[in-house]
Amino acid sequence: MADISEIKTIEHDVIIIGAGGAGLRAAIECSAHGLNTAIVCKSLLGKAHTVMAEGGMAAAMGNVDSRDNWAVHFRDTMRGSKFLGTWRMAELHAKQAPERVRELEDWGAVFDRTKQGLINQRNFGGHRFPRLAHVGDRTGLELIRTLQDHGIHQGFEVYMECKALKILKEGDHAAGVLCLWKETGRFMLLKAKAIIMATGGGGKAWRVTSNSWEYTGDGLAMAYEAGARLMDIEFTQFHPTGMVWPPSVRGTLVTEGVRGEGGVLRNSEGKRFMYNYIPERFAEETADTEEEAARWLEGDDDARRPPELLTRDVVARAIYNEVREGRGSTNGGAYLDIANQRPADYIKRKLPSMYHQFKELAEVDITKEAMQVGPTLHYFMGGIRVDADSQMTKVPGLFACGECAAGLHGANRLGGNSLSDLIVFGKLAGDGAAAYCKGLANAPGLDSDEVMGAMRAATAPLNREEGPNPYVLHDQLQDIMGEHVGIHRTEDGLTAGLEKLKAWRAEVAKTKAHGASQYNAGWNEALDLESMAVISEAVAMAAKERKESRGAHSRADHEGEDYEFWGKRNLIISKGDDGQMALEHYERPDPPEHLAKVAHATVEELDAMTASGEVQV
Amino acid sequence: MATRNFKIWRGDASGGEFVEYTTEITAGMVVLDAIHQIQAEHAGDLAIRWNCKAGKCGSCSMEINGQPKLSCMTRMNSLPEEGTITVQPIKTFPIIRDLVTDVSWNYEQNKRIAPFQPRERDADGEHRMLQEDVDRVQEFRKCIECFLCQDVCHVLRDHHRQDAFVGPRFMIRAASLDMHPLDTVDRIPAIKEEFGSGFCNITRCCTDVCPEHIGITDNGIIPMKERVVDRYYDPVSWLKRKIFGVKERGKDRPQVK
Repeated sequence: MADISEIKTIEHDVIIIGAGGAGLRAAIECSAHGLNTAIVCKSLLGKAHTVMAEGGMAAAMGNVDSRDNWAVHFRDTMRGSKFLGTWRMAELHAKQAPERVRELEDWGAVFDRTKQGLINQRNFGGHRFPRLAHVGDRTGLELIRTLQDHGIHQGFEVYMECKALKILKEGDHAAGVLCLWKETGRFMLLKAKAIIMATGGGGKAWRVTSNSWEYTGDGLAMAYEAGARLMDIEFTQFHPTGMVWPPSVRGTLVTEGVRGEGGVLRNSEGKRFMYNYIPERFAEETADTEEEAARWLEGDDDARRPPELLTRDVVARAIYNEVREGRGSTNGGAYLDIANQRPADYIKRKLPSMYHQFKELAEVDITKEAMQVGPTLHYFMGGIRVDADSQMTKVPGLFACGECAAGLHGANRLGGNSLSDLIVFGKLAGDGAAAYCKGLANAPGLDSDEVMGAMRAATAPLNREEGPNPYVLHDQLQDIMGEHVGIHRTEDGLTAGLEKLKAWRAEVAKTKAHGASQYNAGWNEALDLESMAVISEAVAMAAKERKESRGAHSRADHEGEDYEFWGKRNLIISKGDDGQMALEHYERPDPPEHLAKVAHATVEELDAMTASGEVQV
Repeated sequence: MATRNFKIWRGDASGGEFVEYTTEITAGMVVLDAIHQIQAEHAGDLAIRWNCKAGKCGSCSMEINGQPKLSCMTRMNSLPEEGTITVQPIKTFPIIRDLVTDVSWNYEQNKRIAPFQPRERDADGEHRMLQEDVDRVQEFRKCIECFLCQDVCHVLRDHHRQDAFVGPRFMIRAASLDMHPLDTVDRIPAIKEEFGSGFCNITRCCTDVCPEHIGITDNGIIPMKERVVDRYYDPVSWLKRKIFGVKERGKDRPQVK
């Protein structure tokens, strides 16, 4: 193997891993601070998972309903998180999202407009007012293209189709990244003062998922290996509406925008079953008759929201339950009907991607018949634990933002809060990294033993004589996670799942990728398995520990939220001194009083607080 | 269940050949599913580019039975029931390996387009635009950069004039900026001189293959060609510019108050 001096080495101030919304926004900010910045990404620029986001980005601009403001958004987010989100992050997010959205407009984004010519906003689950700035049902594409087209003129470097393998350290500090060029199969060393993780989640460990191939938890695994802590990792969001047929697209996302635009859920008996699943916490704000829901859809301010727009965890569990009790659709889901709610041309205009997706992949015309949908693994609420203001992890010089970071969403994320998360915390991570770099005189050095060891580990699957097929191993992992760590979790199931994961991991250590190193899909698959092994174990371990049902984490053997014990703690996972995965409880401090008051207020109380000026909006 | 035969091009820049594979096809499968199955069963190192598998990212472009397509949106039951299915990389760009090509030239073209420069915000800090004034721009912004239009464009594919023409993708990118109600840059000179609008001879092949059904030729390229003609070849406007020194852009700027 080559000596470390023979490996192509490039020095930057900041390396950003991941080129989705968060990574691009962070890079733009770092460049604005005058830092020599580079992005490393597994795919071509503009193809990251952000591109698949559909419904919109949440920002309390009040363009459609002037009653909206940051405090209402903050309250919705904390309640949606089942009060497990990080208070400060939810506050920053709600306050800064509108400015971040307007800034996109200055960079060329073309959002749908209101009649007055302003950015239009749509309804979404868990948001009290129409709040999602959107472009039809392709908002993610608009976000990534806007950041991409603006970003390419900001002077940062982009290393495309280049996989980050390991965070390198000097002492305790982040010092660089070992990367692998897909095209050539060669290694590259990037030295940097600061590294920002913006790698997204890890849904590919499950079979039924809305996630793209990149979502293998690389950033979480790399940060974990480097000594950072993972938090709230048991909270994996099952989006209620993924396609259920045909089998090859099972899991592909059906935007919540369908329900935001008036779509309703029915079971095989034709009943709108969501009326049976309204949690007490939301009863006050949810319509209890179809007549009231219909008035809401017509724009009646006094009518309450239909129960189809309850938070994702509630709707996903309801569909799961209907199917389990024998009231599922012909292909094992629920019926999502917008054909009988809205005219065909309206549906085609507001939901063009959905129209084409169903037409082309399932041969279903959604303007004429109902879609069939079911829960699909969609999002990691948990991730790398960061400081709420600087976005720095426990490892000095290592930052995280976007889906791979934890904090904002707690136990459940509201739709639309993801895209705004990317731009708010992408920017803040850039600011945080810039402040950190200022305090460092020189870039840290690299440890050649560490680099050589990482390269040996990476090339092992190629060099082995024989071993299990990485594609088959991936398939096996998806079986384990689907069966034991899905939407329906139990102590016994999770224990068995952890046992299976242990045996499976021993097989991963023996996997063999055939062929040469150049653009070798099998080798890449083998390397991704390492990341998925870390996150799968972490999710299962934390899910077993949390003995309650809260948000996206539901334990059949511990139903209901346990406020006194579990409501006051986050679970944290880190790599122990013995190299084993260690789990600890983090006792949440009391929230700042002014924020707690907003989050726990009734709708009327909050309105009064705003009117009196007690809460500045 | 039915067994289907595939001929997939394998090789790299130095050359290659079609290799035959067989795999089982089940209900609802798309070509990308079949290729993944072949990868897992027979050809672990088969190089292919893909991401979302939902027609949203534009990564998995290839030529299927000679037709440029997104493999994730090409259902197996849309292909002829009999015979071998041929899969090869898009032809216009240099091969990296197997079905993967080097599309970096496209990224270089994008950099040549002057960035968006908005007018000032209104006094209350807002930008105002009417929906009907942004419909056309939004149509172009649906582009997922699959580069199938670039693949079939005769100027690039057959005449190799990458030196003179940016291709349909970047003509509509330029058009989306030129038609953007907030943009203040005069883009017509660059569209004519640098991006080569005159090279397009309107065969509409690009429009035919666009998976997003964007009216590339009729709604994007033709209006740009017309604006170039108005600017450079229309005697009346030429005279007007000479006499009055009119420099402002020709496009109407709808103002919403």
